[in-house]
Amino acid sequence: MTVDFGYGMTLVALVLAIYGAAAAAVGARAGRPALVESAQHAALGVFVLITACFALLTYAFLTFDFSVRYVATNTNLGTPFYYRITGVWGALEGSIILWSWMLGLYTLILILRHRDSARELYPWALATMLGILAFFLLVMTIAAPPFQRQVPVAADGRGLNPLLEDTGMITHPVALYLGFTGFTVPFAFAMAALITGRVGDTWLVLTRRWTIVAWYFLSLGLLIGGWWSYHVLGWGGYWAWDPVENAAFMPWLTATAFLHSVMIQERRRMLKLWNIVLVILTFGLTLFGTFLTRSGVIASVHAFTQGSIGALFLGFLALVMLTALGLVAWRWEALRSQGELDSVVSRESAFLLNNVLLIAAAFTVFFGTVFPLLSEAVRGVKVSVGAPFFNQVNVPLFLSLIFLMGVGPLIAWRRASLENLKRNFLWPVVLGVAAAAAAFVLGVRSALAVLTLATTVFVGTTIGVDFVRATRARLRVGEALIPAVGGLLRRHNRRYGGFVVHLGILLIALGVTGSHAWSVQTEATLRRGETAELAGYRFRFDDLTAVEESNHFKVVGAFTVSNGRVLDVLRPAKKFYPQEQSPIAYVDYRLGLKEDVYLVLGDFARDGTQATIKLQVNRLVSWIWIGGVVLTLGALLAILPERRTA
Amino acid sequence: MNRRTKFIAGGAVIVAVLAYMIYAGVTQSAVYFVTPAELRATAVPGKAYRLGGMVVPGSLKWEARALDLSFTLSDGTATVPVRHKGTPPDLFAEGRGAVVEGSWTADGYFKAGLIMAKHSEEYKAPHDGTQAGYQELIKTLRGDGR
Repeated sequence: MTVDFGYGMTLVALVLAIYGAAAAAVGARAGRPALVESAQHAALGVFVLITACFALLTYAFLTFDFSVRYVATNTNLGTPFYYRITGVWGALEGSIILWSWMLGLYTLILILRHRDSARELYPWALATMLGILAFFLLVMTIAAPPFQRQVPVAADGRGLNPLLEDTGMITHPVALYLGFTGFTVPFAFAMAALITGRVGDTWLVLTRRWTIVAWYFLSLGLLIGGWWSYHVLGWGGYWAWDPVENAAFMPWLTATAFLHSVMIQERRRMLKLWNIVLVILTFGLTLFGTFLTRSGVIASVHAFTQGSIGALFLGFLALVMLTALGLVAWRWEALRSQGELDSVVSRESAFLLNNVLLIAAAFTVFFGTVFPLLSEAVRGVKVSVGAPFFNQVNVPLFLSLIFLMGVGPLIAWRRASLENLKRNFLWPVVLGVAAAAAAFVLGVRSALAVLTLATTVFVGTTIGVDFVRATRARLRVGEALIPAVGGLLRRHNRRYGGFVVHLGILLIALGVTGSHAWSVQTEATLRRGETAELAGYRFRFDDLTAVEESNHFKVVGAFTVSNGRVLDVLRPAKKFYPQEQSPIAYVDYRLGLKEDVYLVLGDFARDGTQATIKLQVNRLVSWIWIGGVVLTLGALLAILPERRTA
Repeated sequence: MNRRTKFIAGGAVIVAVLAYMIYAGVTQSAVYFVTPAELRATAVPGKAYRLGGMVVPGSLKWEARALDLSFTLSDGTATVPVRHKGTPPDLFAEGRGAVVEGSWTADGYFKAGLIMAKHSEEYKAPHDGTQAGYQELIKTLRGDGR
């Protein structure tokens, strides 16, 4: 029953989406608003149907309807309530529903926001959105149908992947997918601009906030993913250059480049072609990311290994890229720049360099990710490059980018005079050098750490200098301090939102550098009452107990942590799920601004007298999460509607 | 030098530096995947390899107090003794596939710095012990792109 109903709704939604895309395109071409209106109704219908599919599947999860194969493979009678809801998008089929639902939602918002304001571009953007939505619905009907019969009906399900039983799983995929799908809107408007030949600034202005919204969600998704990795996976890291992490990071890099290059086009009428290509590239990379994750070409912690869907995604990716680049070639003449670069020392070049470095980083990540595939195809041997490769190549790129973060916003447009450079950068450079010297005197010998610190202080000071100067200007005209700062943030919210994002990035950079340079770890096997030591902390093994939970059984250790005085009792555990062949580690930690104490239970004697633990003292990691919060707040500030100066 | 040449020269320098960094990165951190038979045939002591095979039942020894882990990896034709300092990962067990990263030592064993744990049901043992079964296992291990 559920299966037939759900599958039927998916089919109808697919037909409606195809009709809507065609109607919007024909309506735009023939100038018939009635057809476009009909496409709008189709889009609404598609959204309602996908919502119904989603609700139906959730209902099947909540009621343990094991006649649905997807439910039977991803839940069982012991799965707790919350995880039965998040389990809906815990695996391939459900994640495609979530994806389509978000795409449908964005399509509706696009209709509401732009129906009256962008007459020429809007119908084509709508047609593009619905076309892409139709592809995902096609995947839902033929390659990864969530509504498939389980014969015979199972008495109990297989259960959810235990690693996904975490609150991070509620937010991580949702944020990530909102980011991924969000880039479809700027792409749709870029396509509309190319098709209509209106490649001026209209599409950019229309999609500016859309891009920041998508960027905001993608950043949030990446950060929560790192948090999940650190707190659940139990290896003490937050980023492993895993192919799937890379898949989300590449569009983030190109989107970041786009957010910056847009400003050049707005201000100087340059980089039209570049901006269109960046949008196409970003959207293409979101599809490529999905292809990597869903096809099983590259195995990784997240990969849902499913064969047939890969070809479908690769085919669609090829189709999209060929169409888009074909349109670019067609509009080549119209895309030529009107402005010219005046000087190498100018804001334009700083932004251009920022773009080149971001694209270089994206290319490096891409290259490293597909390298095993390339080497196998070309030379027949499997060669991998791991984290050392990514770190080695990307660290100089990111350091340069951070440096530019200080230069770009303050250097003059067109041509910077010596006077301008001195006025803006004298203090930041002095303080940056002073910070490096201070760090060296205090005993920091890691060149990378010193360099990062100096750059961070330099950039932080440029932001401070600018902000103080702008506030002073307002105080001078008689405003009080608080309204002056508030007004500044509110009136130039894009600029200061960007600065706050930059501050967040600085904090993240400090956290990443600190954790790489100064974290320490060790392993030890302890008998009851024995202690291990690491970095001034003592860990005493007190106790080992077995606990029965609703859907698993776990062995919990108790370890007293002290550094002169008792700080805490940490309880890392090992969980045993009946459906899994191997246990799963459950980490315990004590977080701090300076350092985290992080404890993993490795092995234990069955009689509970002996336990092997992995101990880590991870330095400055908390600043990554704090920086993440700052970054997202900055992005939110930038998203606010711009208030025109009265 | 006019502006255009300056920008083109700047671009060329960036591309060249990037190409060099990628080249250097690949040569320094590329790790070859080998099977026990391939390692036996070509091993150079001290060179980094990624070795994949099945953990031979009965070969696993774990000295918890000393944190010494030793086992034998097999691909059906050859076996390689492996030693590792540290706790075996959760997914690691006898009769199942494993990928280890490390180097071949002159003392005749493979010193693993890293044992890869992957969340997947694919690391199944070749149940019948046939050569075809081993080949299937190696294929899935080789697929590990990390």
